[in-house]
Amino acid sequence: MASVTYEHVTKRFGDVIAVNDLNIHIEDGEFLVFVGPSGCGKTTSLRLLAGLEEVTEGNIYIGDRLVNDVPPKDRDIAMVFQSYALYPHMSVYDNMAFGLRLRKVPKKEIDRRVREAARILGIEELLDRKPKQLSGGQRQRVAVGRAIVRDPAVFLMDEPLSNLDAKLRVQARAEISKLHQRLGTTFIYVTHDQVEAMTMGTRIAVLNAGVLQQLDTPQNLYDYPTNLFVAGFIGSPAMNFFDATLVERDGKVHIDTGDFIVPIPDDRQETYRPHLGKEVVFGIRPEDVHDPEYAPPGIKRAPIEAMVTVTELMGNEVIVHLETDRFEFLGRFDPRTSATVGTRMTAVFDMDRMHLFDKETEKAIR
Amino acid sequence: MKERVFRWLSRFPLHLVLIGAALVWLTPSVGLLVSSVRPYEAVIRTGWWTVLAHPFDFSQYTLQNYREILLTQGMAQAFRNSLLITIPSTIIPIGIAAFAAYAFAWMEFPGRQVIFAIVVGLLVVPLQMTLIPLLRAYNRLGLAGSYVGIWLAHTGYGLPFAVYLLRNFFGALPRDLFESAYLDGASELTAFFRLALPLSVPALASLAIFQFLWVWNDLLVALIYLGGTEEVAPLTLKLSSLINSLGQNWHLLTAAAFISMALPLVVFFSLQRYFVRGILAGSVKG
Repeated sequence: MASVTYEHVTKRFGDVIAVNDLNIHIEDGEFLVFVGPSGCGKTTSLRLLAGLEEVTEGNIYIGDRLVNDVPPKDRDIAMVFQSYALYPHMSVYDNMAFGLRLRKVPKKEIDRRVREAARILGIEELLDRKPKQLSGGQRQRVAVGRAIVRDPAVFLMDEPLSNLDAKLRVQARAEISKLHQRLGTTFIYVTHDQVEAMTMGTRIAVLNAGVLQQLDTPQNLYDYPTNLFVAGFIGSPAMNFFDATLVERDGKVHIDTGDFIVPIPDDRQETYRPHLGKEVVFGIRPEDVHDPEYAPPGIKRAPIEAMVTVTELMGNEVIVHLETDRFEFLGRFDPRTSATVGTRMTAVFDMDRMHLFDKETEKAIR
Repeated sequence: MKERVFRWLSRFPLHLVLIGAALVWLTPSVGLLVSSVRPYEAVIRTGWWTVLAHPFDFSQYTLQNYREILLTQGMAQAFRNSLLITIPSTIIPIGIAAFAAYAFAWMEFPGRQVIFAIVVGLLVVPLQMTLIPLLRAYNRLGLAGSYVGIWLAHTGYGLPFAVYLLRNFFGALPRDLFESAYLDGASELTAFFRLALPLSVPALASLAIFQFLWVWNDLLVALIYLGGTEEVAPLTLKLSSLINSLGQNWHLLTAAAFISMALPLVVFFSLQRYFVRGILAGSVKG
């Protein structure tokens, strides 16, 4: 059990800056997810904590202990690798017992812990098998089991679900969340999949190009992205963006995209007024673009005329691709929608849920 | 059924070529074996293939040649010497090479690439170049004519290739495995003994065969560093001196030659499944 602190951590590989001035404090027992596109430095951040890479600048603490120069084995951490990294010539039992044996844990204790972990993960009947005799899902459990038996202060997981098929992944996701609740240990989890990040993390750290973009709870990240990158990265399908200018009409601030002009809700008028005339990016999530007939009551509607180019029926909803002169955007419509490809329709935006970003700094305007 | 016939037919030319090649390669060895079990009179009068006329007439075979060559001509002593030279000369270089290869593959130290390049570069040095300087050094150190001397010599000659082969094999093992072991608390030494070695059995086995065969069949190195005395001469030396002393006694020479072949055959067949895998090492996933 321990907290983890990154303090001005920078990692360079030659001229490449993989992690740039990272500052995060992770509370004891937290489930923190590092998320970002490939090459964003999330795995490097994890490996720095594991001690598999050395920090170039800054300090990393586990609990109160500065671990910069502590070798991996003495950091009291366990890691689940993307490839699982099971020892191919050892049985499942020996894979899980390996670390304990090296630490001279008494044989009886090893046996107790391995069987306990196997029971938790439902792999008791596999203990005598070799890794190559296991399915992907079973291997993933063994890898998790190998981490559990060590009873570490911090669990590190590097995309542990990326080798599983979609159905198994959903299941494994829930299992890891359950495990976190049960063990109450600090989990640090790396993924490029924002669904995993949203569903599992108590907090999420979004990284891009080695820089921490935003660190917040999943809900806040979704509702209040601090910049364009986070807004576009979190959420699927991604948020719609429109280049626009803030203009004044009848004494109120409006967003003018060139193709359409939409009003800003009253409660945000004063926030945006100082930015009148500025080039901005207007963002709205697909679920806040509605078919007017099925739009929820009470929303601040802003009608937009657009051409329907593609419709994708998902069963519970229809993803509709819409096009104005200069923009393409998506709407998640009620499946009863009458939108048909090749016709023009009027979609409505829920303006209470709009986002506005400074075009130059890409930061949210608040 | 039809498919199987078709497959068999389409592969027939391939099989024909393979069988032909195998026959060409095997004929001399079979001739050697047959000659070695025929009595002297038969060997000098007719060719070995005459036994093929009635191969199951066992009265035409004899083990007398082997008895004579082993008991009276000192082949047994030579066989023992060969073992004494070959086994340490196989184990020592592979042992050293495994440690070196692990370091080259997985441990960070300055000059790693350069040193590795130099070691591999030594592959192109002909061993004949080293004979005189090494022998002079041995004479000064008192190692000439001793087993230790020839073990060291073979170790030196075998190391570059062994290091090269093993480094490539170790290097192809997944990095995650070693990192996982370090996190589990393994030292480099533990990772070497518990991970790298057990996972490299195919490479080690094929290397062992290569080195064993090379040392077993070596005449030059043994002659230079051991000298030709009876007490230390290996099979190869003994065989070449028998050619001088026995001259036309083919029945004895063939028996002696076959004795020198026997052990390599045993070694090869017992390790051949590793050998085949070792040659394919890294080329196929899985």
